[in-house]
Order: sequence, then C-alpha cells, then structure tokens
Amino acid sequence: MSSRASYWKANLRLVTVCLTIWFLVSFVFGILLAEPLNAIRIGGYKLGFWFAQQGSIYTFVILIFCYAWRVNKLDQQYGVHED
Amino acid sequence: MDLQTLTYIVVGATFALYIGIAIWARARTTGDFYVAGKGVPPVLNGMATAADWMSAASFISMAGLIAFYGYGGSVFLMGWTGGYVLLAMLLAPYLRKYGKYTVPEFIGDRYYGQSARILAVICLIIASVTYVIGQMKGIGVAFSRFLETDYDTGLYIGMGIVFIYAVMGGMKGITYTQIAQYCVLIFAYTVPAVFISMHLTGNPIPQIGLGSKMADGSGLYLLDKLDATLKDLGFGEYTTKERLSTLNMFVYTMSLMIGTAGLPHVIMRFFTVPKVKDARASAGWALVFIALLYTVAPAVGAMARMNLMDTIQPAPGEWLKVDERPSWFRNWEKTGLLKFEDKNGDGRIQYVADPEKNEMVKVDRDIMVLANPEIAKLPNWVIALVVAGGLAAALSTAAGLLLAIASAISHDLLKGVFAPNISEKSELLASRIAMALAIAAAGYLGLHPPDFAAGTVALAFGLAASSIFPALMMGIFSKTMNKAGAMAGMLAGIGVTLFYVFQHKGIFFVADWKYLESWGTNWFLGIEPNAFGAIGAVVNFAVAFIVAKVTAPPPEHIQHMVEDIRVPMGAEAAAAAH
Repeated sequence: MSSRASYWKANLRLVTVCLTIWFLVSFVFGILLAEPLNAIRIGGYKLGFWFAQQGSIYTFVILIFCYAWRVNKLDQQYGVHED
Repeated sequence: MDLQTLTYIVVGATFALYIGIAIWARARTTGDFYVAGKGVPPVLNGMATAADWMSAASFISMAGLIAFYGYGGSVFLMGWTGGYVLLAMLLAPYLRKYGKYTVPEFIGDRYYGQSARILAVICLIIASVTYVIGQMKGIGVAFSRFLETDYDTGLYIGMGIVFIYAVMGGMKGITYTQIAQYCVLIFAYTVPAVFISMHLTGNPIPQIGLGSKMADGSGLYLLDKLDATLKDLGFGEYTTKERLSTLNMFVYTMSLMIGTAGLPHVIMRFFTVPKVKDARASAGWALVFIALLYTVAPAVGAMARMNLMDTIQPAPGEWLKVDERPSWFRNWEKTGLLKFEDKNGDGRIQYVADPEKNEMVKVDRDIMVLANPEIAKLPNWVIALVVAGGLAAALSTAAGLLLAIASAISHDLLKGVFAPNISEKSELLASRIAMALAIAAAGYLGLHPPDFAAGTVALAFGLAASSIFPALMMGIFSKTMNKAGAMAGMLAGIGVTLFYVFQHKGIFFVADWKYLESWGTNWFLGIEPNAFGAIGAVVNFAVAFIVAKVTAPPPEHIQHMVEDIRVPMGAEAAAAAH
C-alpha cells in the first residue's frame, strides 16, 4: 500500500476517535443523558446542564488542538508534510 | 455625562477606528479583495474568524434566548461551537490544500461542471441572505435603543451604515478591522458579565459565578434560586426545561453544527492561511476566541433573567408599580420591543407564565443583552460599551457575509460562467452592486424578521447544513461521489428544508405567503423549522449516495484530484498557481 493511502487510513482513524469524543460530550452527556447526569452536581451546576452549557465547549477546544498536534505528526511520519 | 452622549462618544470612537483601518488597508486588486493575499498568521486569523463568526446572533441575541429558554438554549451553545470540530477535521485543511478562492469554485471543479457550481452559488446566496436578515434584526434593535427611535427607523439607519462599511474595504480591510472588532466586542461582553457575577455571587469569573452561591446571604445556589423563582410563576425549571423535546434539541444542535461547517463566509477564512497546517490551527484558535464569549453567555443569560425577575417582583408577591418603572423600562418601550398592559388595573405589573394573567405582553428576547447592564444598574460607560460591542458584532458579520454573497455573484457567476473575459474593474463593480442589492433585500425582510435574531440565523444554518456541507464532505471523503449524485443531493436537501421552513414562516419569510397551514406546525416528529437542516442533510446524503450508485463514476482525473487534496504535501504549489 502506498504511503498516501496508509496516511489517509491513519487520519481517518484519528478523526473517528476525535468525533466519538465530540459526540459523547455534546449529544450524549449534554442532551440524551442530561437528565440522569443532572442527579450529580458540581457546586451549583447540575452535571448534564454543565456539559450542555460549559463542558462540551471546553472539550471542543482541547479536541481541535489535540487533533492538529496528532495529524501534524502523521504528516511527518508518512512524509506527506508541506515543504 | 448622560447615557445618550456617552453612547455617541463610545460608538463614534470605535467606528472611527474600524473605518480608519478599512481605509488604511483599502483593497486595490481583486485578489486582495477576496482573501487578503493568503498571508494572515493562524492566531490573528483565528481572532478575525471569531469576530466574523460572532454576529448579532451571538452577541445581542443568544444570551437573551438562553435567559428565556434556560437549558433549552444549550442548542446554540453546543451547536455554534461544536461545528468548529467538524470544520477543523473534515473540511478546512482540505479546502486550503485545494487552494481556490470560493466554495462554489471547489464544488464546480470537484463535480466537474458549471451546473454544480451554479447550484452551489444559489444555495450559498439563499443561506447567506437569510443570515443577513438575522443581522439586520440585531442592528435594528441596537440602533433603535441607541438613537431612542422605533425599531424600523433604527433598521434603516443600520442598513446605510452596513452598506458604507462593507463596500469600503474588501477582506483585507476586514481582516484587520475584525481583529479590532473582536477586542471591542469581547471586552464589551465580559465587562458587564464580570460586574454582574461579582454583584450576585461575589465571584468575578462568570463561568464560576453561574455555579456559585448567591451573595445575598441566603446560602442558595444561584441556579437553584432561579429554578425555584421560575417554577413558582409557572415558567418551568431553568436548568431542566427542554426546547420542545429531546429529539428536537438533538436535531437542532446537529443542524447548527453542520451548518457552521457549511457556511461559506466561515470556510472562506481558511483559504487565507499560508499553510494546510495553519488551517487546522486557525480553526482551533478561532474556537478559543469564540469559547471566551460562549462560556460567558450562559452566565449572562441566567443572571439577566434573575435580575429581570427581581426588578419586576422585588419581593415575593410584591409586583413592580406601573408608576415606578425604571428608566431602562421606559426607554425600551419607545422602541416598541417591550410592552406591558395592566390587565387587572391594580397599578402593578404581573409577570407570570399564564398568558391570561401575564402583563408583560411583549419582551423581545433580543433586547436582553443590551438591557442587561441597565437592569443591573451598572455605570453608564458600561452600557455605552455594550451598545458599541453589539454593533461591532453585527457589522463585522454582515460585512463578511456580504462579501461571500458578492464574490459568489461576481466571481463565480459572472467571471466563472457568464462573462469569463470581464475586467477586474467591472468584476469589482459588479460585486459592489451585488452587496447593495443584498443589503436592500435583507433590510426589507428584516422589518418583519421570521424569528428573533438568533432564530433567524439558525434558519440560515439549516439551509447551509442541508446543501453545502454534505456536498463538500462527500467531495473530500468519497472518491466515487459523482456530479449527478452531489447535485441531486443538494437539490433534495435544500428543497425539503426550504419546503418545511417556508411552510412555517411563509415563502421568502413573507408571513402572508404561508401554505399548507392545515398541516399545523412542527408536524415532522415535533421538530421546529429552525432545527430542520439536519433532516435536510440526511436527505441530501441519502439521495446523493443512491443517485451516485446508479450513474457513471466520476472521471479518472477527478479521483486523482481527491487523492491529492487529502495530503498536505504540495500545498504551496497549489496556492502559487493563482
């Protein structure tokens, strides 16, 4: 298999992991499971409500930088980086 | 100094700053006009993207909607930030690698034909004009309060200013102007939030204040007190009240997220970075600057609601006397956006959920952020600052969108399809005429907007979600997606979405042009029209795959092109070709 094809495979794996986390913190914790999670509290925040209005956003920011860092390494590893 | 004068000074000073920068960086050639010569570093590009992104919907409208929807307002918070994850991972780096100016250009090349490009232009214009209507609503609200006139007059003045502003500078002017605007708007948003959080909870950080105990010595958590107050009056618990249903919230959030990744004026931003690597980082930096506002917004919403309830009901069962309404209340009445009616004639204003007894007959959600510092009795300079910030947010986004519309018409339609030999000068002129027409249309529709500013903008996202995003994503992630499939998908996606939206809101949002009213509202699984874009996107993907299966695969060179955009290597060359 060419290095380009295996690079793309590795990239897709990385994207899948990241998007699973993305889906989990927003759609699952913030919406689908918000009600049961609301039984847990951090200070005045109910946990489901916190994920929907705070936690998911923080996770998104971290997620993009982690993805960028990992995929930049993949670029180097498979020799498909710029320059 | 009185509030009016102070507002003039602060708004005037910030405007002078933006216009000064726009003149200083005035665009000379078409390349500069669209993408600023591809030379903007990621952190600055992220900041400018954030300003471009955070519009009247985010600044003026969103916290107001959260104040009234409570937990249900989370759809905006997650939806308008989570889209950046999709953008960074699924679109931005590949479109940057491809290295052209506009989204329809990519769609036209990837789906080998002018027809695909024209279809993309039409989808883009429908979504962008809807978006500008939302901005116009916000601008109208801000100007009407600031000039103490009615909403319509405020809107007309706003249209004039947007026109001057958008036509003066191209993207280059706008990029540097938007960095200045970001600073003004984030400062204007957080300063009152810090004051109010400090006052209510004793904690100056609004994100923490929202989860803290009240400083009034009651020992209650702020959110618990708010829950209890609202529940008593029949409004439903703040922290658990859903927007219609769990399914509706899910679909609404999804629609806003994929719409974020499909809106041309945001995607265009990522064409301006020097490298593919920078496109990924730019999306991250943009979200950092956006998250600063978006994590403060829930605190602004909850605290504004708390202060509003406390003003109207200073003590349990003791309602505000009509003669004693504070000055902010009277000022907002002048705009026609706030109205009360003393139904039981007791000289007091009752504010309850029951529409029979409720005397606050009109509280436009879009006034909450602007009224918030006044309700909290903050100093006048803070109030003036918020007006300036709201205008910065609305103007910057309106300008970015108008640029996307102008480039779609002059670059994609005129130069790309109908008049390939057009001179640069005529292309620039055509783009300016397109801007003026778009402002006039959006302003006219803004007189009777289909929803609050954030709701109108949500409609625009639904339209982008159902048309542009699937076409772009399949263009990168599927080598076998062909022209017939992608075009059928776009048509079906935006078709069903427009059908559902216009059935609820009227054709082109003219309320008199509604149809099939006997079907009722939210008839599809209880989903509201603002959230329907996600359903449109599913239809788009499904139709595209079925049609692509039964038609000829794309030609060899297109499959090579897809392989090529998937790797960053060689990006410099792609950019230099321009």
